[in-house]
Amino acid sequence: MAVGLPENIFITRLDAAANWARSNSLWPMPFATACCGIELMATAASRHDLARFGAEVMRFSPRQCDLLIVAGRVVMKMLPVLQRIWLQMPEPKWCISMGACACSGGVFDTYAVVQGVDRFIPVDMYVPGCPPRPEQLLAAVIDMQEKVRRTGTIMGREFVSRDTSSGPSPFDLQEQHRIEDSRLIQLGGFSAAATSTVEGDA
Amino acid sequence: MVSLQELQDQFGSEIQERVFRDNRFIDVPAEQLLQLLSGLKTQFSFDMLVDITAVDWLDYEGATDRFSVVYLLLNVDSGERLTVRTAVNLPDPALPSVCSLWMGADWMEREVYDMFGISFTEHPDLRRILMPEEFSAFPLRKDYPLKGRGERHNFPVITRSEG
Ligand code: SF4
Repeated sequence: MAVGLPENIFITRLDAAANWARSNSLWPMPFATACCGIELMATAASRHDLARFGAEVMRFSPRQCDLLIVAGRVVMKMLPVLQRIWLQMPEPKWCISMGACACSGGVFDTYAVVQGVDRFIPVDMYVPGCPPRPEQLLAAVIDMQEKVRRTGTIMGREFVSRDTSSGPSPFDLQEQHRIEDSRLIQLGGFSAAATSTVEGDA
Repeated sequence: MVSLQELQDQFGSEIQERVFRDNRFIDVPAEQLLQLLSGLKTQFSFDMLVDITAVDWLDYEGATDRFSVVYLLLNVDSGERLTVRTAVNLPDPALPSVCSLWMGADWMEREVYDMFGISFTEHPDLRRILMPEEFSAFPLRKDYPLKGRGERHNFPVITRSEG
């Protein structure tokens, strides 16, 4: 070795250095639309204290955030807003889907509620529960940090490769069948249609 | 207390009354509705319209009409409450708006219109209030499926590489 390194100098890869900085200062964007939002607030408050993990600065402008936390059910009128907020966040950015409703629609399997936000925006981390306890959200933030540290690249190559939706396709087969059935009901006589028309068409 | 006799004398004998656990329900044909409600407001001081809602009776045993529209009235001075009910039917369910009597009816009528497709003539601004503008169905009608007709999933998908 030609040059000896002083003791306080480390050598690392640029990616690792960026990941280290990014993972320890996540800036959450709270998208709290329902009861889970209360638990999100509790997580940020003094007792559970999200600040211990370097993610306490909630910004209410997506331009200043890099971690979207979807807390609560998202209805069809809100989804375009959510998508727009996601698109307004600068790269690199991540998304936590918090609670049964955000992950899958929860118990609200109705005409207005989107059955999981991962059908329409990319999600990195799912937190189960109704609502999840603050500890669970803390665990998700810690896992999120771990994920950033393990997979992150300074140019965001890991994002470029995710070119398919992580969620189920918006129209799964079951939903398709159900829609067809409801059209038949509309046309009158479900039972008659079920025995003759459907088989005839198929 | 406003008596049924008074109401019948003034607004026609088709008006019926039903009492259930001390709650009074008045049934009135749609043609006399506006007259009755304005009478109740001006002469019998039912000065507050608590709510307007509707019921879809599709496939309900013994039901004669498709929809009921229900007006909940309150006399603030005496605390007397009255429920007024009227019936409308397809294909073109419509009632006169009561916005001219109670300003608060504005959004309530919009909600009934949004959910049941019952329109209110002379309403100042009859638009959907809960569902998005481009929504085409009336979701609280009984022939609309609970899970909808796929409207909830009719959005573009954003993948991670796109944004
Ligand atoms: S998962 Fe439970 S607590 Fe969270 S928004 Fe849904 S119903 Fe509310």
